[in-house]
Amino acid sequence: MSSTFDQFQGTESYIVSDELRHAVNVAVALQRPLLLRGEPGTGKTQLAEELAQALGMPLLRWHVKSTTKAKDGLYVYDTVARLHDSRFNDGDVKDISKYIKLGPLGQALDAAERVVVLIDEIDKADIEFPNDLLLELDAMRFRIDETGRDVVAKQRPIVVITSNNEKELPDAFLRRCVFHYIEFPDRELMQKIVRVHHPDVEAKVLDQAIETFYGLRATPRLRKRPSTSELIDWISALRKAGVDLARVGHGIPFLGTLLKTEHDVELVGKRAKA
Amino acid sequence: MFVDFLYELRKHKVKVSAHEWKALMEGVALGLHDSSLDGFYRLARLVCVKDVAQYDAFDQAFLSYFKGIGADSLALTEELLSWLRDPKKLRDLSEEERAMIQGLDLERLRELFEQRLKEQKERHDGGNKWIGTGGTSPFGHGGKHPGGLRVGGAGGGRSAMQIAGERRFQEYRKDVVLDVRQIDLALRGLRQLGRDGAEEELDLDETVDETCRNAGELEIVFRPPRRNRVKLVLLMDVGGSMDPYAELMGRLFTAASRSGRFAKFRSYYFHNCVYDSVYEDAQFRKRVPVSELISHSDRDEKLVLVGDALMHPAELLDPGGSIYYVQGQRTAGLEWLRRLGQHFRRAAWLNPEPERFWPGTTIEVISSVFGMWPLTLDGLASSVRYLVRGGERPKLGEKASSWARGWMGDDPSGSSGN
Repeated sequence: MSSTFDQFQGTESYIVSDELRHAVNVAVALQRPLLLRGEPGTGKTQLAEELAQALGMPLLRWHVKSTTKAKDGLYVYDTVARLHDSRFNDGDVKDISKYIKLGPLGQALDAAERVVVLIDEIDKADIEFPNDLLLELDAMRFRIDETGRDVVAKQRPIVVITSNNEKELPDAFLRRCVFHYIEFPDRELMQKIVRVHHPDVEAKVLDQAIETFYGLRATPRLRKRPSTSELIDWISALRKAGVDLARVGHGIPFLGTLLKTEHDVELVGKRAKA
Repeated sequence: MFVDFLYELRKHKVKVSAHEWKALMEGVALGLHDSSLDGFYRLARLVCVKDVAQYDAFDQAFLSYFKGIGADSLALTEELLSWLRDPKKLRDLSEEERAMIQGLDLERLRELFEQRLKEQKERHDGGNKWIGTGGTSPFGHGGKHPGGLRVGGAGGGRSAMQIAGERRFQEYRKDVVLDVRQIDLALRGLRQLGRDGAEEELDLDETVDETCRNAGELEIVFRPPRRNRVKLVLLMDVGGSMDPYAELMGRLFTAASRSGRFAKFRSYYFHNCVYDSVYEDAQFRKRVPVSELISHSDRDEKLVLVGDALMHPAELLDPGGSIYYVQGQRTAGLEWLRRLGQHFRRAAWLNPEPERFWPGTTIEVISSVFGMWPLTLDGLASSVRYLVRGGERPKLGEKASSWARGWMGDDPSGSSGN
């Protein structure tokens, strides 16, 4: 395999599955945005950070909110500031470009070097949001209408998009992406992940904790199943308190670090008694 | 290349377009498939499938297309040979293992490999001779023979055929599951935005314009925020044959009645079929005549009926067919449904009954009045699309039994023109 393909191998603090590693490398090679979906807590957002670090490129983050518009990611024309300046005779009002602020995607396209752009939780915005970005992501260029300036990417940025599996993204948008669904890590991978955060944890403790954790996740009708970060917190709590899981008979200590809704705690309590 | 596979995918309803196909071919040209079937599986899934709900369909298509191909015997030619020439790649092995390799002369190993590749006709797992997966033969992958050749795939990994065969993504299939959140999201599409009501949002562009007109003195302009203008009337069948679906109906109701979702939301209950009245409560105490419902509803309101539409034909077709005999009906249930269907411009009937049970029942007759969609995520989404944008509604009853066809008569919403 060519060495240029396998650019991303995960990092010391971030363990990736083979499939995800392959997905990232395919997206980089095909120069298409990588769309990641998966349960919360499977490390979608973190991937972009680790990828940027591994490739030695700067990372630009665009956290999408329900009110975000596609244009905001490219640039914002600060009319109010200009209005103020004109009233109080501050600054050079004639120079519109001073009031144009590039958004994260805009900066990425304008950058001199190749960068990684993270469009985080794209599904939070309006349904039409992804469609408004089609042209920019395809051609990697856009025009600032106010000044007539064309921003063209010198090097196509690596685009990582995350979505929380919330709603359908438009087909036209999906067609342009490389899609990967991050499955919840299996026990083996989870062991590796926990080891990164707790390098000195005893194998026996780890086994037991993971056993309990997956048992808990398998409980039917849980509203929110515990995720990786909760497992890591839980193990921290167990170790700080010096609890030995093998000695605790029924019930799970520090259940509150794993389950976050009253409904779930009750449900698990009932099952433990039964 | 592999164009048949494209059509195989489309046959399994994986929405693959030429766009994706081009990308896949680019990927193959760049060697991203790692010259192996496993690699091709991963690459094709990455590029062609954009929805975890379709992973299962992809697995099925992959299985049926590549069935009978010895999983890894297809893999690589060039790479394998260069690998054979380059023993450095085996650096992961321990000293003892290296010593074992010495026992196998590379030239001989290669001959053996080619010879077995020829002999081997089928996919092979385990065992100690053939090329395949998980064995102790010197060839294949995922195996344990220390001096062996890994053929494609990652060592210890699972082959594409195994992964596809497991069909791990079955539970993500869309036509099966439906929870409140999913209904919620499907209903999000049911909206027509417009600016009505109180002016409470700053209209920046107008403010700038007005301020300029005002010679620089700030003139602030407000406008109403965008709101959903869709008004919804929900009619739900309760009791009797609907009992098994009570929880599903509850979820639909929870999602639909969420405050602020629609400009106006009303819900009523009926049993089996709508006759002269519907009820505000599921105990059938607060009666609302259908004529009143019609006169109090705008024609542009959306009507959604939920029910299994299954009943004795007489309950639908005979005047006075209601099982509540005291009501003394003079108009048949179907006629009441037609009146509703004629009043509301856009209406949809969602049916929790699995589609395979529809033919030959009253469902076919009712579907001549209301577009009928199954109460699944897909059905819900396409009915929402119909309610907002119009277009074709599903045609049922082309193969309708003759008794039903007699009653289906003219389509009140359209094609026959009256």
